[in-house]
Amino acid sequence: MTVIQEFEKHPLAKYLRAERFPHIWCEGCGDGIILHCFVKALDDLAVDIDKFVVVSGIGCIGRAAGYVKCDSFHTTHGRPIALATGIKLANPKLTVAVLSGDGDLFAIGGNHFIHAARRNVDLTVICSNNFNYGMTGGQSGPTTPLDSYTTTTPYGNIEHPFNLVHLAAAAGSVYVARWTVLHVRRLAESIKKALRKKGFKFIEVISPCPEIYGRRNKLGKAIDIMKLYRQISEIRHGYDPAKAEITREKIVVGEFIDIEKPTYGELLQKQFIKIQQKLSEG
Amino acid sequence: MVSQREVLTGKHLMQGDVACAEGAIAAGCKFFAGYPITPATEIAERMARRMIEVNGMFVQMEDELASMAAIIGASWAGAKAMTATSGPGFSLMQENIGLAVMTETPCVVVNVMRGAPSTGQPTEGAQQDVMQSKWGSHGDYSIIALAPASVQEMFDLTIECFNLAETYRAPTFLLADGFTGHLWERVVIPSPEEIKIVERKKPVVSPDKYMPFKPDEDLVPPMACFGEGYCVHVTGLTHDELGYPKTTDPKVQHKLVNRLCEKMRKNANRIVRTYESMLEDAEVAVIAYGIPSRASLNAVKKARESGIKAGLLRLVTVWPFPEKQIEELATRVNAIVVPEMNCGQIVREVERVAKETPVHLLSKIGGELHSPSEIFEAIRRAAGI
Ligand SMILES: Cc1ncc(C[n+]2csc(CCOP(=O)(O)OP(=O)(O)O)c2C)c(N)n1
Ligand code: SF4
Ligand SMILES: [Mg+2]
Repeated sequence: MTVIQEFEKHPLAKYLRAERFPHIWCEGCGDGIILHCFVKALDDLAVDIDKFVVVSGIGCIGRAAGYVKCDSFHTTHGRPIALATGIKLANPKLTVAVLSGDGDLFAIGGNHFIHAARRNVDLTVICSNNFNYGMTGGQSGPTTPLDSYTTTTPYGNIEHPFNLVHLAAAAGSVYVARWTVLHVRRLAESIKKALRKKGFKFIEVISPCPEIYGRRNKLGKAIDIMKLYRQISEIRHGYDPAKAEITREKIVVGEFIDIEKPTYGELLQKQFIKIQQKLSEG
Repeated sequence: MVSQREVLTGKHLMQGDVACAEGAIAAGCKFFAGYPITPATEIAERMARRMIEVNGMFVQMEDELASMAAIIGASWAGAKAMTATSGPGFSLMQENIGLAVMTETPCVVVNVMRGAPSTGQPTEGAQQDVMQSKWGSHGDYSIIALAPASVQEMFDLTIECFNLAETYRAPTFLLADGFTGHLWERVVIPSPEEIKIVERKKPVVSPDKYMPFKPDEDLVPPMACFGEGYCVHVTGLTHDELGYPKTTDPKVQHKLVNRLCEKMRKNANRIVRTYESMLEDAEVAVIAYGIPSRASLNAVKKARESGIKAGLLRLVTVWPFPEKQIEELATRVNAIVVPEMNCGQIVREVERVAKETPVHLLSKIGGELHSPSEIFEAIRRAAGI
């Protein structure tokens, strides 16, 4: 049996581009789990894959766009949300999801994130938060915890990190959740919920980068990091995202925001009908 | 079917920027993303009003990085897409202009050039971004740029930009200037039947046989858009004909990047458009593009009146550079005068192609137009009189 034939026996294989495997991710990396939960959600929802688009930025997780078997765009660093906005607004029939990293979405792409959330563009954004820039060898980023070691914070990080769920909620997201890659079932359910909901939805996934961030901060092997997640994560649905902390002792996970608000597309449609009516009346 | 609302057939007194927006709509533009900037803002404002009337989409993005990204996304979602800006915004767009080049995304970028560098002279016209439009993003590539010299051409050439972008799958620039953008002139908008519109080439094979970046003979691959069932992967990384990243294979990089450059060179004959006036027996040629071509035509007429055999070659297409036309012209004339509103940009290309023939730059910056008499004087000097 060829590798591809073997691959295609997997129940979720039809959502992946077999010819693109093996993937580039390190052993124990959380990105594979995120991808798995993502395609599991697609399968459970039986989405129309011909009308589904995945957009990624640049980074380890950014490669996910090249693995899913649907229309997909691997954009420039930081720009996936802006590009996804163009896709969604130009063809509202498409369902558009963005899979990208903490650096991509919140450092170089931070401005696009807050504005797409503010506009309430109908997008599902999933962030693999591994607390550093994995792809470029482990530099610090906007979510790197205080005192952590990275190649550009060799004496410990002195920058305060973003609390992504708080940021997303404040910017206007209609759905905000945080999970770790240990919570596979809940993460997949969360992705399903987000995909079914209209508006700007955000899911943060705490993901191990054992090879780089983990090693430098002495977090042990991937399995040790998973054990840590089990020990310190605390599920608190409906919790105030401003207080949903990530410390060495505690990671608050759960669904924090789930509200209804007209989307950009819906408001535009309303305006469109009004204008067309006016025009037809002369 | 194009509706009456899409093409405002008739005679109008119109501002250049507005004519550009109307040209886009007439060409079938259904998506505009932009960020306000003088002297291009009126294009966005017109689009904000008009797109909704023609079932199109206008969105004001958070900056020009986002505007450029959004039109690329919209183009892959199947829409003809455009953005409009001026120097500072054009600089921000360079990153994703490179992405549009690499992913062969048809899209139109209007740059209503103003005095630069940096924030420069917001309200003054200039032609200082000519080289930036060719080389502004990193790497080797080729694009198309057209330079309008009247409000009528703000309309006509915007349509042509769309047609070229769709034909050659590349970002295509309307290199206008603040004077033309803000000028009010008469515009004649033809009936929809008289307007030539080009649609992008679609695949003729089934999805399982489709290779998204395999070119046809013209070096342009047929384009399947998102949602059409072709399962396309698009990346800014160096990719093979399937569209998959192949970033360490020299042959893949060589083939792709050379094709991106060759695409315009090979099709230059079909793309390049120039206008000649009084060049048959000319001894001095003026080579101009954009608004200085107007004063140049007057200057050439004046020279003829005073017995100097002068003529004008006007470049409608700036990129790809009309090399053949200029090379041939240079063998027939004794001198060439190049008036441009910068410190000398296109003149370098003219010199390269004209070889032995002396080339005189007539540079003008600051917000003043060349006067016909200045250009006439330059012609006289070049003629040795
Ligand atoms: C404009 C630009 N600047 C810098 C880079 C280099 N770069 C590539 S990936 C990356 C960081 C990715 O970090 P993140 O988004 O957290 O993804 P991860 O690799 O951690 O999954 C950087 C800085 C780039 N590709 N483009
Ligand atoms: S560097 Fe880190 S984030 Fe990147 S693939 Fe390896 S483990 Fe994963
Ligand atoms: Mg990261």
